[in-house]
Amino acid sequence: MDAEFFRAWIAEIATVIEAQRDHLTQLDSAIGDADHGTNLARGFTAVRAALADADTPTPGSVLLLTGSTLISKVGGASGPLYGTAFRRAAKAVGDKPELDLPALAEALQAALAGVTKLGAAVEGQKTMVDALAPAAAAFSQAVADGAAPAEAFAALTDAADAGAHNTIPMQALKGRASYLGPRSVGHQDPGSASTALILHALRDVAARQSA
Amino acid sequence: MKKLINSPDTVVSDALAGIKAAHPSLSVYLENKVITRAGSPVAGKVGLVSGGGSGHEPLHGGFVGYGMLDAACAGEVFTSPVPDQMLFATKAVDGGAGVLHIVKNYTGDVLNFQMAAELADDEGIEVVSVVVNDDVAVLDSLYTAGRRGVGATVFVEKIAGALAERGASLAEVAAVAAEVNERTRSFGVALTSCTVPAAGKPTFDLADQEIELGIGIHGEPGRTRAPLQPAHDIVATVMDAIHADLPLEGDLLVMVNGMGGTPLLELYLAFNEVTQYVSGHGARISRNLVGNYITSLEMQGFSVTVCRLTDSLADLWDAPVETPGLRWGR
Repeated sequence: MDAEFFRAWIAEIATVIEAQRDHLTQLDSAIGDADHGTNLARGFTAVRAALADADTPTPGSVLLLTGSTLISKVGGASGPLYGTAFRRAAKAVGDKPELDLPALAEALQAALAGVTKLGAAVEGQKTMVDALAPAAAAFSQAVADGAAPAEAFAALTDAADAGAHNTIPMQALKGRASYLGPRSVGHQDPGSASTALILHALRDVAARQSA
Repeated sequence: MKKLINSPDTVVSDALAGIKAAHPSLSVYLENKVITRAGSPVAGKVGLVSGGGSGHEPLHGGFVGYGMLDAACAGEVFTSPVPDQMLFATKAVDGGAGVLHIVKNYTGDVLNFQMAAELADDEGIEVVSVVVNDDVAVLDSLYTAGRRGVGATVFVEKIAGALAERGASLAEVAAVAAEVNERTRSFGVALTSCTVPAAGKPTFDLADQEIELGIGIHGEPGRTRAPLQPAHDIVATVMDAIHADLPLEGDLLVMVNGMGGTPLLELYLAFNEVTQYVSGHGARISRNLVGNYITSLEMQGFSVTVCRLTDSLADLWDAPVETPGLRWGR
């Protein structure tokens, strides 16, 4: 997985987020202020444009530009959180020209650590962490068990989907949804949904590459 | 929902261009979406920077001017601005005496301002941040993102702005900002939701005979739904919530604030109810604001903000101010 792979991932994220923009906005209307889809679409569109203009020879440089652009363009809580996730992933992979599965697993863990440190959320509080934490753990486990790429990426997205789905019965303890208290129960967290989409994009690009 | 816009994507830019054209006392940076006082920085004075999502006008851009803010950063509708904007604003208003960031307590605002303060620190600018968290509708800080920053923001910006104008130090200006926040509580009620331009429909549905109690300023649902009832009863609910948290006594500064879609006729009516409640509790309203100060697009509704004044806070409130949104003494 080289820089080209990661640029393809970001392009796929931008496409998927744009396609699911209304759905994300819908989720964010139920327990938020109806701007999640719009904000992320704007952010990843800007990232795609930035990558088209910039020279990014390594996976790390792609991830860093992604993170910095998200911080500059998204706003809200999503900007700093996703921005930090990508920046920490970039830091973890350094200037390696290519990443193998273990390196990617490390990057995902670093991303998670960045998010939890900045946002101070843990699992069970109805946030993006509820998708990202189990996904990163499942991927690391699969990789440690020697799984083939297809299986490892399946473990990643299965865990992300389950995690996002599991936010439905939770009461939000972080972010705007937390103001609703018990009324946030019964609605999926939009951040967990967008995280699952982002990780699905990763799996789809990996699947295309090996096809 | 009919909107007076050209397209959802250009709402903020188009509006900022209008603000620029309307107010020569402001410098409006369209690319950065930052508003500062024309002729910034004011040398030797603490600079006051705030900002937030668009859709709350006149907050914050309408409060840039003498005696109040030096700069305001405009985010997308209901979305906090980004660190780049805040850093740009901070540098633009740094008069050598440091800069105060007035941050409403929302995760996005807090995180972005935090990042901006670090960037400003990297550039050698002294920044102190004060978080505003006056909303009593958010019950338990331990299990939530904490109380929202709402109406007290207006009071903080005015009173801290006045002290800065008198040449006080950054520490003193920050202290008075924190003091105002501590002495102020708010509660809001919605009669309708509002429609974010990019979303195209109301954020939540309220039936004709329903109201939403304990709202914020971003169109999101509140603490509970209740039946539509006379203003007298709604105000009692609002004031009970405030009084339970901050017992009403002494001289009060009271703001009855429109959420954007409620006519002034109704806001004055509500203020009448508030005055009766307050005197019924043996306190006195010595200063007031009635109107649209911190809005939520076209939402119908109102919020009440109450500050327990001291003599010095009242004196700072009375100090001259000259901004598009608030003007007296000049």
